[in-house]
Amino acid sequence: MDNIEIKKFANRVRKNILFGAYSAGSHSAHIGGAMSVVDVLSAVYCLANFDSSLIGKPNRDRIILSKGHACLALYGCLIEKGVIKRSDLKNFETSKSYLFGHPVMNKKKGIEFSTGSLGMGLSLGVGVAIAARINNQNYKTYVIQGDGECNEGSVWEAAMIANQKKLNNLTVLIDRNNFQQTGTSDEILNLNNLKDKWNSFGWETQEIDGHNLDEIRQALKFDNSNRPKAIIANTIKGKGLKIAENNNNWHHTVLTEKDYEKAVSDLDEI
Amino acid sequence: MKYNNRNIQTWSTIGSRATFGLSCLDLIEKNRNLLVLSSDVSTSAGLDRFRKSWPKNYVEIGISEQNMIGVAAGLSSEGFQVITTTFSPFQTLRCLEQIKVNLGYMKNKVCFVGLASGVVLGSLGYTHCSIEDIAVLRSIPNITILSPADSTEVTKCLPAALKHKNSVYIRLTGGSKNPVVYKKNYEFKIGKSIVLKKGKNLTLFATGTMVSKALKASIILKKFKIDSEVINIHTIKPIDEKQIIKSAKKSRLFVSLEEHNIIGGLGTSISEVISGIKNKPSLLRLGLKDSYDHSGEYDFILKKNGLDVKSIANKIKTFYKSK
Repeated sequence: MDNIEIKKFANRVRKNILFGAYSAGSHSAHIGGAMSVVDVLSAVYCLANFDSSLIGKPNRDRIILSKGHACLALYGCLIEKGVIKRSDLKNFETSKSYLFGHPVMNKKKGIEFSTGSLGMGLSLGVGVAIAARINNQNYKTYVIQGDGECNEGSVWEAAMIANQKKLNNLTVLIDRNNFQQTGTSDEILNLNNLKDKWNSFGWETQEIDGHNLDEIRQALKFDNSNRPKAIIANTIKGKGLKIAENNNNWHHTVLTEKDYEKAVSDLDEI
Repeated sequence: MKYNNRNIQTWSTIGSRATFGLSCLDLIEKNRNLLVLSSDVSTSAGLDRFRKSWPKNYVEIGISEQNMIGVAAGLSSEGFQVITTTFSPFQTLRCLEQIKVNLGYMKNKVCFVGLASGVVLGSLGYTHCSIEDIAVLRSIPNITILSPADSTEVTKCLPAALKHKNSVYIRLTGGSKNPVVYKKNYEFKIGKSIVLKKGKNLTLFATGTMVSKALKASIILKKFKIDSEVINIHTIKPIDEKQIIKSAKKSRLFVSLEEHNIIGGLGTSISEVISGIKNKPSLLRLGLKDSYDHSGEYDFILKKNGLDVKSIANKIKTFYKSK
């Protein structure tokens, strides 16, 4: 799939996110962090060995959204991959649905694990990657984390063991949108130079523009190391929803009908 | 495992931890799909031989218990049978939320083994004791809790746990020279308690190291013409409600015995079962006080909590006479 197609895919994913957020109504939805990760997550879904025919197959690449609050981006990608129906988002976060405000493990629907409690996805990814090695399987494991999530100590436990086991079949992508729930990362718990941190933990680390598909593709493609790979993707929280961009009030909020319609029409113009 | 006199004596001498290591060696012979994960405790868990003989099946995780449960869940999701182990406080409370989410909520199946639970490591201080593990784990759905009575029962718990439908916590108690409860082979089934001694005046429900003490106390009680039934509750969750209700029909006096905080363990489990029945028996709950007051040697702490055989027998005698 070329970058123009991935860009269109990502644009549709953004619309899916907005549709889900709008459907959630007064329940609210995590919008900012879902919109920031879209381009990275779309590229992973488009370039990985993953489609609806591979669900449940041992050779599928494993994609784990560790920052589970960005679930609408995950559901948005799975809709575009034909794994789940867009109409299922109408019941998002209701008891009628299987699509909740954090992903609930559902292998048949492409949801590898239940996530949302931050800092747990990478350990799961390490286990899955070790399993591939023991079983001589070629699948790759991708774990998508938030930058705020890197506050969790368990992330660094997992980072150390991935290096120790030289898991070059494991990639972590960090959605570096510089915000977390109640403020900027710098204000809450400064991550300083995240690239240096991952590098010093033994990971092959690249820092890219997380909205530039050329850079995302290049970083995902890089495969010349016996080390696990970390991609720090610099992103804009709320990207694609103009009123939400770099505005942390959109971390978890209600999307009104008026804002929804305006946002969709803005995306139609891209 | 061969259940002959020699092996049973050896397991008793080396204690539950080293027996756990031997049991892993036995299991791997028949099951190459087994992976054993440890947080830098191979020597403490009797896994040194396993680590050297089966390097591909031994996964060293380092001192990172939260990570260990996550990695174990990932491996389990890919079809491996997984055992994890470290000292009980770190195998349970340190990584409790990982247990909840990865094993309870997602139902990835892992057998996690808590070494040196209870107060056997009391001389190292309460950081290394585990008097809360049953209470906290009991409230997590989809987790089975086993508490073997002696080293022989450890060898029964492990294969049963691997065949079990959901995740299992195995709570190892006692030190070396772990008293023998089972002198020969017997049938072990998760969830089904075992009547070790029949009696008609009262029923002693015990778990872990307290099973042996209950048997010894029952001999003292006999001298006072108190005929007690002794039941090994090796499965704390799901508790054997059927047996408890059956016992309640014939016995008016219950005693629970556990090397665990008096809050939230075996005694609490039994009281939950009998709270719903008519003409419920009186229950004397014996266990560790809800306290971190004083560290010390194993026997010192047990005695301070009234969990030596003599104190147990005395308390039961007083309870019996008061009714």
